[in-house]
Amino acid sequence: MSSSVLPRADDAGAHPLGPTRTPAFEARLAKRYRAERNFRLVGMSAVIFSVAVLVFLLGNMLINGIAGFQRAEMEVTIDFPASGVSGDAVSLTAPSAMQTLEMQGLPDVILFFAESQVGKDAAEQISSDAWRDVAAALADDPDLITRSATFRLPTSSALASGLQGEGAPEMQALAQKLANEGKLARNWDWGFLSRSDATSPQAVGIWGALKGSMLTMLVTLVLAFPIGVLSALYLEEYAPRNRWTDIIEVSISNLAAVPSIIFGLLGLAVFLALFPGLRSAPLIGGMTLALMTMPVIVISGRNAIKAVPPSIRDGALAIGASPVQVVFHHVLPLALPGMLTGTIIGMARALGETAPLLLIGMRIFVATPPEGFASPATVLPMQIFLWSDEIDRGFVERTSAAIIVLLVFLLTMNGLAIYLRNKFEKRW
Amino acid sequence: MSPITLILIALGLGLLGWLAGRAKAWGFASSDPALRPASRPIYHAWYVALWVVIPVLLFVVAWSVIAPQLVLQSVLASPAAESLPAFGFERDAFIGEARAVALGQAPGVFNDEAEALIAPFRDAYAQYNTIGILVTVLIALAGGALAFLRLRPQFGARTRVERTVLMILLLASLVAILTTLGIFVSLVFETVRFFGMVSPIDFLFGTKWGPDTMSSPEAVDPSRYGAVPLFWGTLFIGAIIAMIVAIPLGLMSAIYLTQYADPRVRTWVKPLLELLAGVPTVVYGYFAALTLAPMIRDAAVAVGITSASTESALAAGIVMGVMIIPFVSSMADDSMAAVPGAMRDGSLAMGATKSETIRRVLFPAALPGIVAGVMLAVSRAIGETMIVVMAASPAANLTANPLEPMSTVTVQIVKLLTGEQSTDHPATLSAYALGFVLFMVTLALNFIALRVVKRFREAYE
Repeated sequence: MSSSVLPRADDAGAHPLGPTRTPAFEARLAKRYRAERNFRLVGMSAVIFSVAVLVFLLGNMLINGIAGFQRAEMEVTIDFPASGVSGDAVSLTAPSAMQTLEMQGLPDVILFFAESQVGKDAAEQISSDAWRDVAAALADDPDLITRSATFRLPTSSALASGLQGEGAPEMQALAQKLANEGKLARNWDWGFLSRSDATSPQAVGIWGALKGSMLTMLVTLVLAFPIGVLSALYLEEYAPRNRWTDIIEVSISNLAAVPSIIFGLLGLAVFLALFPGLRSAPLIGGMTLALMTMPVIVISGRNAIKAVPPSIRDGALAIGASPVQVVFHHVLPLALPGMLTGTIIGMARALGETAPLLLIGMRIFVATPPEGFASPATVLPMQIFLWSDEIDRGFVERTSAAIIVLLVFLLTMNGLAIYLRNKFEKRW
Repeated sequence: MSPITLILIALGLGLLGWLAGRAKAWGFASSDPALRPASRPIYHAWYVALWVVIPVLLFVVAWSVIAPQLVLQSVLASPAAESLPAFGFERDAFIGEARAVALGQAPGVFNDEAEALIAPFRDAYAQYNTIGILVTVLIALAGGALAFLRLRPQFGARTRVERTVLMILLLASLVAILTTLGIFVSLVFETVRFFGMVSPIDFLFGTKWGPDTMSSPEAVDPSRYGAVPLFWGTLFIGAIIAMIVAIPLGLMSAIYLTQYADPRVRTWVKPLLELLAGVPTVVYGYFAALTLAPMIRDAAVAVGITSASTESALAAGIVMGVMIIPFVSSMADDSMAAVPGAMRDGSLAMGATKSETIRRVLFPAALPGIVAGVMLAVSRAIGETMIVVMAASPAANLTANPLEPMSTVTVQIVKLLTGEQSTDHPATLSAYALGFVLFMVTLALNFIALRVVKRFREAYE
């Protein structure tokens, strides 16, 4: 600090810089500089702490989630010609193939071969739905039925947790033995992205919830985007300054601040009262989220319109364009990238939203992906909420894996918004 | 017939009208300036298209409300419906099953009584679908023909189209008012019904919360509807614990990033902090419930507090505070940026250090804005649902010990309104009353905060 380079003041009167640099002054100055350093340090630690929390949160999800993309699978070789299960390319790919194979005793065939290869105890730990995987493999490649093939079949969740060194001791021992024989291993489970909810963590997937989310978001987008953009245009370009306009503006800023659960109450009291048959449907969920997203789109849209310079409007008006032509031919195209950015951010928020959907009945077990806008569905954040309530250890990892999928979607959307903003941002 | 099909038909006919209108308007072109058409062909085209689409859309909206009723009426009038139970749950179940099969949503029925209804349902659907399509096409043709015949060279198509466009814009912006009204009216309506069963005094000042959803709706025990423990839990988690975390961290982060940090650091760290606000609340809730709450409990037990709960208010509050950090930090950022640079420069010129300038000049000048920002943050925290649903407790508890379980208004709303509930039960209605209180409090906080910000901005401009 500067005080060290200056000559010291031993007696006040004789100092070249005058009588101010007394020892007391030096002490005060040092104290002030110390306070300055401390203050800076506190600021820095606040930033570091916040970032550390974020890193811890995401790291925690990532470590757990990677395990959630895997599942314990047992290797079983099935000799189809010797099994008595028969079929051809037509019957194995027909929609009824599942039933046919079940009637032919495919589950018992699997159990039989498993018993001979890994023993009775281990065979009992093969998931009771494992034959569906075999049936699906046969549908993919009907040729398999003519020879012997090796399958990796999901195990029960008891054996799966045994493989991770948890749960009942006898399961741990069994898992250890099978793993040493090379019959049991944790493999990447891409089926997690294509299955739906189930009761066993070994058999769950997120496609059902993801499809529900997509349907819901589509409804939200179709409703909120046009209404939001049109209201922004009206308020910014045409609205007369009067009491009605004030009421509209106050409503929009209030709606942007209302807690999301209140929209759920509205959906329950109004939408579900009007359409009682559509409980849990993406249509109602999307309508509820649209009301929540619309104010975000209006507010960002108005900012985008404000950023279009008045000279553009004046120029268009001067060569004879009507007010509607000015807006739709000139202002709207220039403001659209900004509006899209706001829309994507609003949609990302809606995608992560759970609370209002709880109230309109989307907290349900959905074992098959929703077929349309009116069929019962759940959404990705709701699936995370539902799984987080399960006690089974396997669900903890699956929940984290679902969170990773959700975060990847949100990051992509936000990244897209930032990219659009940077690409189309114009400085006038 | 799904409304989407009818809308697609309408849009297709609209396109035809558009093309026809444009083709006719092209014929108006004339080399004589006195006979030049009043509008360009494209406006004639839009004029016809609007006349096709708008009446059809209005019809489709009305039809999709009326048609299911008409179908049901005709099915009930059929001879097969006579064997149905007169009313009640079974009757609705049979009707629902038969309808699902008739629409192809279900493979078969569980009850044989429903079997007989499938055919009448199919007939009725077929009949009314035909009617719906016919009427749609008729309306579209009538509207289109009317508009098409009015097209003349001197017809002011543009003025009319633009007037319609303005009407559509106005309608779109009225949706916001309708939504606000819808929220207000539905909350007030149910709240008034609730206050008919439990007096507002008992609700607002009672200290025991424990609605019994199983009890008979007639025998209401008002002493179980005292919401004070919920209001206290909400404030304690959202306004005290969360703010103890969020205010210092948010404020100091904002100060460091705007006043001290290298611009390169700022461009990287600021978006990172904003990521905290973008993480879905269900993820925070999961983190609070599965990671932080057990950690806090173990720590408390280790220092000898054995009563510590895994549903403690502390875990929910801390995580909520972390979620609010970027919010507080961006509000503080904005308010400090609004302080005129001359004040800061003056202080620095007098020899004050940077931290002295920040603490004695910038901060006091920005204080109103920061206070407003904190109020907005509080309003967001008390309305936050998922974190507390997952990490706080469903049991209401009037205590000041942050390690004990506590419940909030939003937790109770979710608890009372998910699952099977009767719409007339006071427990269900009390959720709306809680929602109404939450709505009014957040509105009041926002209203005051926005006024403070406005006045504060004006003071420096």
